[in-house]
Amino acid sequence: MILTLQYQFITFAVARIPDSSPFSLHSLKLDDACALLQHDAQNIEQEADEPDAAYLQRLIDGLCELSLKDPLTGLNNRRHFCSVLERSIDIVARSGESVLLLLLDIDRFKSINDSHGHLAGDQVLREIARCLARCLRPMDTIARYGGEEFAIILPNCQPVFGLAVAERIRKTVAAHTIPVSPLLSLQVTISIGGAYAPEWVRSTTDLWIERADKQLYRAKSRGRDQVCLDQPRELSVSAEEKGLLFGHLLMDEAGTRENAPSDAPKWENA
Amino acid sequence: MNDVLIPAAENKNSLRLPLKPLGKVLAVTSGKGGVGKTFVSANLAAALARRGHRVLVLDADLGLANLDVVLNLHPKITLHDVFTGKARLEDAILPAPGGFSVLLAGSGMVEYSRLTTEVRDEFLRIIGSLVPRYDVVLMDTGAGISDVVLFAVSLASEVLMVATPEPTSLTDAYATIKVLVGQQLRQTVRLIVNQSTRPGSGQAITNQLQQVLDRFVATDPGHPIQLLHLGDIPVDPEVRQAIMRRQLMMQHTPDCPAGKAIAQLARTLEKTVIPKPA
Repeated sequence: MILTLQYQFITFAVARIPDSSPFSLHSLKLDDACALLQHDAQNIEQEADEPDAAYLQRLIDGLCELSLKDPLTGLNNRRHFCSVLERSIDIVARSGESVLLLLLDIDRFKSINDSHGHLAGDQVLREIARCLARCLRPMDTIARYGGEEFAIILPNCQPVFGLAVAERIRKTVAAHTIPVSPLLSLQVTISIGGAYAPEWVRSTTDLWIERADKQLYRAKSRGRDQVCLDQPRELSVSAEEKGLLFGHLLMDEAGTRENAPSDAPKWENA
Repeated sequence: MNDVLIPAAENKNSLRLPLKPLGKVLAVTSGKGGVGKTFVSANLAAALARRGHRVLVLDADLGLANLDVVLNLHPKITLHDVFTGKARLEDAILPAPGGFSVLLAGSGMVEYSRLTTEVRDEFLRIIGSLVPRYDVVLMDTGAGISDVVLFAVSLASEVLMVATPEPTSLTDAYATIKVLVGQQLRQTVRLIVNQSTRPGSGQAITNQLQQVLDRFVATDPGHPIQLLHLGDIPVDPEVRQAIMRRQLMMQHTPDCPAGKAIAQLARTLEKTVIPKPA
């Protein structure tokens, strides 16, 4: 209660003596921040009954959000992407969860810019961003990684599904028609390279990105509009081998049932 | 360090030669994480120590060390400090409850989880100077087949593979053995079946894996692969108790079923790979 009163007193004082107090909003020179936020179509006006501190907090929140966002596509930017990737590595290392990183690059993007202008290019980037975002689950993270390159982090994505997921994304983009002007629509394709973080092992984001990037390069050099995923070194256990490996489990179960009444069930391998 | 096995400075190039496994170094590894590698390492070390061996457990799970958690130790100086030249090896070796020594990796080791030449050399130097001081060095490695794990295992004279009877654990153990055979030309791997639910199931699992290895991996009759069943550790509530209390099971409840099984593992090792203490 006392705190609230004090707080109200300070805001009151700030409002009354704007120029002499170090707390005054004016001396904080918020113009640049306001201009940035305004550009992002955010309401930057202080509401009539809004306390200064709340207003400042709103501006800061807005700036924080801005600092993680790509202005053109509205996707996460590279900064945000990197921090999510960092966190994913911790999760994978400790839990062994399968996390897939995809790098996606628009095929022959330069020629779109060259023949239809940069505005058309921007429109393509925005449309592809929207299209990609629609392909994903809420838990996934998508970011604009660079010029015409996007990155997607797919947590909890089993290795057996990785290729199917990436192919679905590739096909969705290829089937999408992008209107760039009233008279012109474009269809573009993307190449995708992907890599899983090594499970149970602490890797680095650089190594992980490098592996996905290698696969993206492979997809490009194979003729674009395709998916290449890094093949993990392990798990080269064929279905036939697996079938044989688990023979004992079935026999074990049968043995348990057969020998259930006996005190010390003994089972010799046949 | 007077008893360094491999002189570090003057002989640096020779360290990069193909590695010969060092005697008395046992790698405790697994295909899958979370099957009890660290638990087995710590308690097996205690069981061996109880039998009069001088034992050191080396935390070779560089990125994800948790031997300190299992033993409830809070080391000030770790392997990380030795790697970075901030401390001497002697200062990083700690006495653990259970009468053995430990060399903990420390969380700073993350940056070494990428196997560079420097890490290899430093690791070799450390192992080389540990071997003459102990009867047994147990390396608690990471799971799977990352470069660091494969490298650590390559330094060991024996591989103790820990697996549980679950299909995923067995598949990964099998896949790891395949890599060890393919890359390191290992011919013998010893299997410890942890969390075994039935007496005799460990031997059955070993036989099963052996059959698949014979059929798919050891196709050259001149190079057979031998999977030896070192022993089983039964499912035992005391194990969970000990882990939750962060106590060493062999110290607090050595007579529980899992404790007896680990004591048996130590005796089997003594009969097969490590000489009886003098």
